This record gives sequence, C-alpha cells and structure tokens, in this order.
Amino acid sequence: MNLLQAIGRVFLAFLGAAGRLIMFAMTAVTHCFLPPYYPRIMIRQMIEIGYFSLPVVGLTAIFAGMVLALQSYTGFARFSAEGAIANVVVLSVTRELAPVLGGLMIAGRVGASMAAEIGTMRVTEQIDALTTLSTNAIKYLVVPRIIAGVIMLPILIFVADIIGVFGGFLVAVYKLGFNPSIYLQNTWDFLEPLDIISGLVKASVFGFLVALMGCYHGYYSKGGAQGVGAATTNSVVSASILILCFNYILTEAFFGL
Amino acid sequence: MEPKIQLRGVTKGFGPKKVLTGVDLDIARGESVVIIGGSGTGKSVLLKCILGLLRPDAGSIKIDGQEVTGLSTSERDQVNRQVGMLFQGGALFDSLPVWENVAFGLLSRKQCGRDEAREIAVKKMALVGLKPHLADAWPADLSIGMQKRVGLARAIATNPEIIFFDEPTTGLDPIMADMINELIVHVNQEVGATALSISHDMESARKIGDRVAMLYQGKIVWAGDPDSAEAAANPVVDQFIHGRVDGPIKMQVRA
Ligand SMILES: Nc1ncnc2c1ncn2[C@@H]1O[C@H](COP(=O)(O)OP(=O)(O)O)[C@@H](O)[C@H]1O
Ligand SMILES: [Mg+2]
Repeated sequence: MNLLQAIGRVFLAFLGAAGRLIMFAMTAVTHCFLPPYYPRIMIRQMIEIGYFSLPVVGLTAIFAGMVLALQSYTGFARFSAEGAIANVVVLSVTRELAPVLGGLMIAGRVGASMAAEIGTMRVTEQIDALTTLSTNAIKYLVVPRIIAGVIMLPILIFVADIIGVFGGFLVAVYKLGFNPSIYLQNTWDFLEPLDIISGLVKASVFGFLVALMGCYHGYYSKGGAQGVGAATTNSVVSASILILCFNYILTEAFFGL
Repeated sequence: MEPKIQLRGVTKGFGPKKVLTGVDLDIARGESVVIIGGSGTGKSVLLKCILGLLRPDAGSIKIDGQEVTGLSTSERDQVNRQVGMLFQGGALFDSLPVWENVAFGLLSRKQCGRDEAREIAVKKMALVGLKPHLADAWPADLSIGMQKRVGLARAIATNPEIIFFDEPTTGLDPIMADMINELIVHVNQEVGATALSISHDMESARKIGDRVAMLYQGKIVWAGDPDSAEAAANPVVDQFIHGRVDGPIKMQVRA
C-alpha cells in the first residue's frame, strides 16, 4: 500500500510539473506574438547566444569534423573507398553533429546562465518588483530569450556546419593525403539542401528548448542560492535530454520512411 | 471617510502552514501605518497580498473601495500604477544602472521618454540624498544603505498615492537607519502619500508611523498611537516593545 502511495505521489508530482511546464511554454509562446517587445534585451541576448558562443561551438564543430574524418578513414580504408569520407563528414556534420553537439554546448553555456540569472531575480524578489512596476515578467525576461534562441541558434549552427566540414577537410588533406580539390568536389556533390535545412530547423527547435528550460527553471526556482543552483543544473539536464529526444523525432520527420 | 486601504478577514497559508488567519485593518488616506511583529509572522506576506503578488485564501482587500483580490492582470496593473514598493531586500535590477532602476516605472508605463525619465530619476535620487554621478553606477557596486536609497527613489519615482516599505531600516547601522526613517517621513510629507510600512523595530515605527499595528499569530492584535503602545494593556505588545523573553510570544523553535 505504501509503495502504491509512493508511486502515485511521484506520478502526480510528475504530471503536475509537466502541466506547469506546458502552461509556461504556451504562455511564453503566446506572449512572443503580443507587444510590447523589449528590443534592447533581445539584442543583448542575441549577442550572448550568437556571438559569445561562437568559440565554444566552433571548437566543438572543428574537432567533431576532424575525428569524423579520421574514424571513417579507418573504417572505409578496408573497402578502399576513401572518396566516401567527404560524404560521411558533410552529411554527419550538417544533419546531426553540428546541431546536436552545438545545442548541447549551448544548453550548458546559455541555458545555465539564463536559469541562474532569472532564478536569482526570483529569489531576490526582482521578479515581484517587475510586476509592481507594471512589467510582465514573461514578456520582459522570457520572450527575448526565447526569440533570441530560436533566431540565433540556426545562424550559429550554420557557421558550425562550415567549421565542421573544414575540420574534416584538414584531416583528410593534411593527415590522410587526399587531393583538396577532389575532396571539396565530393563534399559539394553529396550535399543536398535538405541536409542543411533539416540541421538548421533542428537548431531552431533546440534554441527554443534551451531558452525555455533555462527560463522555466529560473522562473520557478525558490529557496535562495541552493534553489538557484538546483535550477541551473535542472535546466541543463532537462534541456539536454529534450534535445536528444527531439533530435530523434525531427530526424524521423525529415528522413524517416 | 472611506479608507484608502481596507482589509477584512484576510487569510493566507502555504500548505498546512497558516500564516495569516484573519487580518482586519483600515488605513486612511494620507495616513502612515506601521505593522510591527516578530520575524516570520507574515508581515511581508501581508504586503504581497495587498500588492497582488500573492492571492489570499480568503477575505477582502479594498483599495479606494475597489475589491482587488482576484483582479485580472491588466486590472491589477491599473491599481498598481498608483502604488510604490520598497522591497525588504531592495530587489534592485542588477542588470540595469541606478538611474534606469529608479526610472523603471516611468519607462515601463511610457509616461515619458528616456531623456526625461533620466532627469526625473536624478531629481528623485537627490530627494533621497544620492548624488547625480551615481546615476550610471551599478546597484551591485553600492553599499546596502545606498541600495536602500535607490529602492526608495524607485518606489517614489512615479509619485504613487500608496507606498509600501518592507523593513526599510533592517540591517542598517543606527545612523543610517535614522537617516532612512527621516527620508521616509520627508517623502511621505513631500509626496503626500498613504504609507504602509513594516518594521520589527519599535524605534523606527514610532518615528515613521501615525499609527502602529501589531501582527501576531496571523492577526492584528493591537493598533493605536505609537506613544500609547507603551501603556497598552496588551501583553503581546508590551513584550514586543520591551523586547522581553518572557511573555505570550514564545520563540517557535520548530518553524
Ligand atoms: N512563497 C512562500 N511559500 C511558502 N512559504 C512562504 C512563502 N512566503 C513566505 N512564506 C512563509 O510565511 C512565513 C511568513 O513570512 P514573511 O511574511 O516573509 O515573514 P516576515 O514577517 O518576517 O516578513 C514564513 O514562515 C515563511 O516561511
Ligand atoms: Mg519580511
């Protein structure tokens, strides 16, 4: 009986949290389409996501592209099909690695700082202060971050696509001794617009998820510094899991049969 | 005359914990009332109920005769336009410079452009003894006393008819506390607003209040002239203002 009660309680708590998250997401999305907007804050968030995340996402992409070229060579060399490496690199990077790894890095970098910032504002009553000063906290804090995430992540991931392919090119040319122009020609020949577009759509969804989880956990954090710490951790963990989960769903939608 | 703020039977609990168990209080127009009581008795919760940041479980709260519990967001906003609030911890926006903190209400209500808002902010800062060069400072770089002043300037920037002060002097040294008290009295007269303050310090309550109300076990157990508090026959008030350990107020070790 006690076990059943415990399971029931956990289940109810889970349903409650999921419901609250869905309500929060719907409120936030609705407010994205209703003025007033706060362009100053949105631009600041866009710079934070798009510009200051470039180094970390760029490094992730270049190493991902490099290791991909190296690994697929050890695999394909046995079948003497080195030409396929360009194909593997460009498809893997644009379809999967750049958006997923980039999204995960952004969850750690940007999502965490959103949760920490909004969480601190919650526990120091700054969000209450916003309300008393006739400012809707969802519009002021959440909407600019979500819009910045949805717009900037595809741009960031497009840059990461280029850097990742370049990483594969470096290894293929300087380590494996391929002909540079043939490699580039192969890369170009195999690439379809849908490969890039699907990756950028994924990036946009991931940008939404990261901003949503960062804002949600920050907004509902409580209990001082410890609560803010928990919100930060939860935002990164939940955003990462959602990214992997939605990555599968979107891949299925784009390429599934 | 109709009271500016009228509370009737306001109750609020969090889960099993009952914080307010039926608060009745009238505040007349232009009056300055101070609520006193031990820490954790629900003074801040009461203010947040009046401000609409928390929804009371039961009871009625009227501002200018209008029932404000259960208002929609936009109606609430209309009411809050005439309200200023100094939060217990300051609650300054640390991503904005001092002047934008002070002018926040003016800007968010589109009452004026940025240049004019800045001018008004600097004027309000002068009113609470902040030099103009601090306008571009960041709140985190200021001392606690300075932060309280910025919070005070923000609370009065829109010339509100009602101002709430949540523990304006707590955590300040006696001299700074006295300065803040005088500022509040000054501002209260200057702006001519109705004020509701919270304090757990009788000294400060005497200074800023026309009337003092004692919150104890979720109710207002005594209200009256600050000077008559000394002679009040109420044992709770007596114990509180003399800071005695013995009496009806027992320190609840289990929160
Ligand atoms: N949002 C909340 N959720 C749960 N409990 C709360 C909340 N806000 C206040 N409380 C509880 O209500 C009681 C009164 O708090 P408060 O009004 O801040 O006291 P004070 O009189 O010192 O201002 C405290 O025991 C506090 O733990
Ligand atoms: Mg308090």
